Amino acid sequence: MTTRLKRVIGETALVIGALTFACTAQATTLEKVKHSGFFTCGVSQGNPGFSNPDNEGNWSGFDVDYCRAVAAAVLGEASAVKFRPLASPERFTALQSGEIDILSRTTTWTMSRDTSLGANFAGVMYYDGQAMMVRKELGITSALELAGASVCTATGTTTELNIADFFRVNNMPYEVVAFEKNDEVTQAYDAGRCDVYTIDASGLHANRLKLTNPGDHMILPEIISKEPLGPVVRQGDDQWLNIAKWTLFALVNAEELGITQANVEDMKGSDNPEVKRFLGVEGAYGEALGLDTGWAARLIAAVGNYGEVFDRNLGPQTPLGIERGLNALWSNGGIQYAPPVR
Amino acid sequence: MAVQEQDSAGAPARASLVNDPKVRSLFYQVILVAGLVALGYFIVTNTIANLERQNIASGWGFLENTAGFGIIQSLIPYAETSTYGTAIMVGFFNTLMVAVVGIFFATIIGFVVGIARLSNNWVISKLAYWYVELIRNVPLLLQIFFWYFAVLRAVPGKRDKWSFGFDTFHLNITGLYGPKPIWETGSAFIVYAFILAIVLSVVIAKWAKKRQDATGQQFPVFLTAIGLIVGLPVITYFVTGMPVYLEHPNYVEKGPILRRGFELGVGAKLIPEFLALTAALAIYTAAFIAEIVRAGIQAVSHGQTEAARALGIRNGPTLRLVIIPQAMRVIIPPLTSQYLNLTKNSSLAVAIAFPDLVSVGGTVLNQTGQAIEIIAIWMAVYLSLSLITSAFMNWYNQRMALVER
Repeated sequence: MTTRLKRVIGETALVIGALTFACTAQATTLEKVKHSGFFTCGVSQGNPGFSNPDNEGNWSGFDVDYCRAVAAAVLGEASAVKFRPLASPERFTALQSGEIDILSRTTTWTMSRDTSLGANFAGVMYYDGQAMMVRKELGITSALELAGASVCTATGTTTELNIADFFRVNNMPYEVVAFEKNDEVTQAYDAGRCDVYTIDASGLHANRLKLTNPGDHMILPEIISKEPLGPVVRQGDDQWLNIAKWTLFALVNAEELGITQANVEDMKGSDNPEVKRFLGVEGAYGEALGLDTGWAARLIAAVGNYGEVFDRNLGPQTPLGIERGLNALWSNGGIQYAPPVR
Repeated sequence: MAVQEQDSAGAPARASLVNDPKVRSLFYQVILVAGLVALGYFIVTNTIANLERQNIASGWGFLENTAGFGIIQSLIPYAETSTYGTAIMVGFFNTLMVAVVGIFFATIIGFVVGIARLSNNWVISKLAYWYVELIRNVPLLLQIFFWYFAVLRAVPGKRDKWSFGFDTFHLNITGLYGPKPIWETGSAFIVYAFILAIVLSVVIAKWAKKRQDATGQQFPVFLTAIGLIVGLPVITYFVTGMPVYLEHPNYVEKGPILRRGFELGVGAKLIPEFLALTAALAIYTAAFIAEIVRAGIQAVSHGQTEAARALGIRNGPTLRLVIIPQAMRVIIPPLTSQYLNLTKNSSLAVAIAFPDLVSVGGTVLNQTGQAIEIIAIWMAVYLSLSLITSAFMNWYNQRMALVER
């Protein structure tokens, strides 16, 4: 009751904020952030692997590391970031109203979000797709055998739309039970309310661990949607968009160039001109961005390259155990590809 | 003093306009209203300007767009191809259904428990006492979760069932199934007969009251009304050639594993989310209603009962004609608040996947991003539902009010 009340109050405050705040925000986001000495990053309320607080309130995760990277590049300190946990429906309002400066919350890049919400996507941090989990005992091997299924999912995401499209296209009857939060979806699926549990594949991996017997469930091979997840900034501040975009590119480029958290200092002495430009030894690319030449070296020193961030939070050694798949570098059979620094 | 005031009122005021209290108060009220209008104008224009500058879509056009998502329960025809407007209507009717059913059961349970608390039987009054203390001191959301997950864990799975009521009703984790009446052509007459029966009952009740006032003779109004309301539609049903038949749910035992269990869309079905939500709301609100009923009855002085006994009125009529009418005057105003609470609390449905107005609206909000419009719809709907409920209860309260002669 109280959490709900808090949320309603929060949402109302956000809307009111949207009405009044925007008229005062004249300074650019970069100026504002440099002036205050920190920036605010919108994250989830708890999504293992992506953004999750521990018992002491320290955030960790794939999306969180991106925020730290931006903080290191812009302010020189990976800790110069405040995390603002947001529910799914309130995230764009929080961004529009200036409550947060970057939204890094497993947000799917879609046309309507990019065009009608006053938001700009900075790129694709994680190529996800919606998948379905079923009980092994059903003996189902393909999503095309799901006619007549009841499907549990969470509201306030694109998942409801995708699942409806999938069953309609394949002309299969179904019913959808849509909960507000993933925790209740997991509990209801665990209790047997539904045959199918569907959300983004990354989320399914995370939530499978919360089931009574994770081994009794399997994720079907079909990926029924494209879910490119990425950081989002407000429309109308191109400088800040560039910073968000190039932080992401820097993570990917560093992996491609073989620059890691451990060897970033040594690499400054490298003979490779690409590495020299990237680390600010040659040229002034960082200054054109509104930062300084050492921006990329700092962010790699703070969080590591894309591969390191992935392995630390999502990779096979973590409880989530997600393979790189589509998120491998383009040179390794994936589609992660960043424009060059030159 | 009084004489002086009359004198000054009689003579026209000579003081200047600045010191005239009427003019002054009028002046301040005009300033206040103008200020409020200006503030409202500022907020609205500022919002529109900001939304435009930030390239955020606004306006009501999105209601015409295709929704594209499924809703598990709908009282009106709805498919994925329907519009957002229709989806929101589905949510609205679901909210209305929970509110009406919840209020109905909360009232019954509340009155029973409230009267039970005053019972002379120690066990019954203690049971009622513990019911009230336990239920009203546990947060509602927890109770909703309790009922929902308790129901889910307790009932048989999807490919199994419990049957009861001569194999007419079935329960499993996907819901409570029962026969669904299918209305064919000619069945409209049954509805007309039903309405006619209600009108006739009202007329008879008025006539009987008049006759009793005039002659003192009583007439069995209640039994006649029951007979009319049940009998007339039944007679019409047979006369029009039985145009209504029952569609029973279809339980499939063979075939692909996911097709087993009850076939989707055949027979009537109440989803467990609805059952749990309604049960939780009714049980929770009933605890408050019970206290209101107890307070109402205890507010009627014992002398009234003794007076009725002295006149030789039996226990039943004493309660019905002497105690309850007086208690109702105390009960109705707080009862209205409880009804309003129940309606508003039904928005907790979203937590357990019942597609009410807030749940469906939230999905629409997320797909269209039009937060201001959706929140305006939410506020307008809950406000009008509450205003209608209180208007009705105020009307009822006026009818029950003490008529002073």
